[in-house]
Amino acid sequence: MENAFGQPQSVVVLGGSSDIARAITKKLCAARAHTIILAGRNQELLDEAAREALDYGASKTDTVIFDAEDVTSASAAVAKAFDKAGDHVDLVIMAVGLLGNQLRDQSDVAAATRMMNVNFTWPVAALTEVRNRLVAQSSGRILVFSSVGAVRVRGSAYLYGGAKAGLDRLCQGMADSLIGTGVSLQLVRPGVVRTKMTEGLSEVPFTTGVNEVAQNVLKGLASGDQVIWSPPMLKYAFAILRHLPAPVWRKVVDR
Amino acid sequence: MTRERLYGWGRTAPSISEVLSPTSEDMVAQELAHATSVIARGLGRSYGDAAQLSGGLVLTNRSLGGIGSIAPDGVVIVGAGVSIDELLAITIPLGWFMPVTPGTRQVTIGGAVAADVHGKNHHRDGSLGDHVLEMRLVTPTGTFNVSPTMDPQLFWATIGGMGLTGVVTTVTLRLLKIQTDKVLVDTTRYSHLDDVMAAMIASDDDYRYSVAWVDCMTKGASMGRAILTRAEHATRRDITGDSLVAPKSAHLRVPFNAPRGLLNPVTIRTFNEIWFRRAPKRREGEEQSLGAFFHPLDGVSDWNRLYGRRGFVQHQFAVGDAQSETVVRAIERLSSSGVPSFLAVLKRFGPANHGVLSFPIPGWTLALDLPIGPLALPGVLDDLDEMVIEAGGRVYLAKDSRLNPEAVRVMYPRLPEFLDIKNRIDPQHKLASDLARRLHLVGK
Repeated sequence: MENAFGQPQSVVVLGGSSDIARAITKKLCAARAHTIILAGRNQELLDEAAREALDYGASKTDTVIFDAEDVTSASAAVAKAFDKAGDHVDLVIMAVGLLGNQLRDQSDVAAATRMMNVNFTWPVAALTEVRNRLVAQSSGRILVFSSVGAVRVRGSAYLYGGAKAGLDRLCQGMADSLIGTGVSLQLVRPGVVRTKMTEGLSEVPFTTGVNEVAQNVLKGLASGDQVIWSPPMLKYAFAILRHLPAPVWRKVVDR
Repeated sequence: MTRERLYGWGRTAPSISEVLSPTSEDMVAQELAHATSVIARGLGRSYGDAAQLSGGLVLTNRSLGGIGSIAPDGVVIVGAGVSIDELLAITIPLGWFMPVTPGTRQVTIGGAVAADVHGKNHHRDGSLGDHVLEMRLVTPTGTFNVSPTMDPQLFWATIGGMGLTGVVTTVTLRLLKIQTDKVLVDTTRYSHLDDVMAAMIASDDDYRYSVAWVDCMTKGASMGRAILTRAEHATRRDITGDSLVAPKSAHLRVPFNAPRGLLNPVTIRTFNEIWFRRAPKRREGEEQSLGAFFHPLDGVSDWNRLYGRRGFVQHQFAVGDAQSETVVRAIERLSSSGVPSFLAVLKRFGPANHGVLSFPIPGWTLALDLPIGPLALPGVLDDLDEMVIEAGGRVYLAKDSRLNPEAVRVMYPRLPEFLDIKNRIDPQHKLASDLARRLHLVGK
């Protein structure tokens, strides 16, 4: 069960080998998390993340393999993760995502479809299963990784940003639908984070490390804010950026 | 049956449960037979998640009422859902008082037994369990009369057992004879923690009631300044008039959650300062009503809303007599962390009873009210846990909302014994609460 400070004991991480997910898992284990179920596509990386969780204080870890390009795998992957967790799951983190290569993907129908499947359709299918299970236990939290790129979609990353925008808006509705069920959903909108996913990209303003994101996520879990921005400053930056006239917006973001 | 969002008095970590208010023992037994997970709830005054059960069934005991006639020796049978407030309204005019009362009258007798509550007289009279003669207990495997001689194992597992051994329906307890509705209070102000602790060790035994309020927000020379109040029931010889009137119910209320940040280091420091300066340096024999002395916060209902939407945690620990240094270190840790805390309550505990999970151990106990918010708070309390464990002490489960299960196993070494007894009367592990799940008290 989650305690008064929003510290969970039992956690399922979908996309559990990503750098951000690992940074968050470590911090959760250092607090109260004792059961960590990591789901992802790479067994080796998941095992590494699981060992790390044990080092940081978890007493039980397990892994589940799935392929986010196969949207029919979502429900079974969630079911497996919940079964391995045992009787009660306090927190589900949805950190599945693929940045892709916009220039290459935008002219390739199969690649564009894959971007939608991994960043939107698979997560929505999985969240549907998660929602059912948490509502049945009348408690629990869902943390969904969106992106600042979802707030206003850029021309130079419209596949990733567009899929995340869909997920972001859908989750706002899902969060409202959960009121009164005992379950809650929070969105995380990080800026650019230095990870293996963004390796090689040029650094834009408000780029942070994974630990800073994890820190902000933990603060957000404690406060219960519906949207967690990282860094928090982005909330104010985007309050302006999202309303810029289109020509100005294009100049600012796609230099 | 209704679906309700429940939380404890600290208003943290709410969860949704089915809530039902059984009107008879048979109905309780039926529900226990059919439910998959169930816990009893009284007036919701435990601070954390002890009386809620997400996705399960919560049986409120308020319809299990009834107060029997009081025998000449003060023995009375009370329905578990009767509040101390309701009981005192009947008994005080007849010259009887609760043998032990916590800081509020707004708790049910059943809840008070489950938490084995203590009061300002623990050093003399022990906790409530010491004054319970017998109970009716409905468990998943049957309904039993339990007492220190009838199934003493189950009796002492239920005293302080956080409701995890079943639903108490009636309690037989022995009341305390009083001659008036007043207490005579001696108040002394101390500017150092060491002085007040020395005074409590030296002369608490001279008083039935004793408690100190400690300021945990001052640093340096005045760290841990305190106000010590000690009292005795006034007899007819002590005062003019022999009125026996029960305390009145609250006439003030907090109608909505206070805005975030109302209670911050500045306002709390100011409150503590006023509280401290208002107290006399020394005053003896002041006449106070029972309500004013025992239940000062009952004058304002819903005062927990002052802590705002995010609520607060209460933290109470106990350590042995030889570990008074731990109390000092804990207050130092708090005052240096800058985490705001209202006046803390410091008191001495007498001998422990046989309650398997009962909180009091002889020595010291310190209770703190801490608003949720400061990022340092979870870590500071984890540090206090470490100090308390090192000192062989423990944290009070009725107030807890953030302990970890490993710490509880060390703090309550008789936990395996408790789980054995629970397993005997609840082999299917139906009796559970959010607290029990969080601290691994359900049994496996």
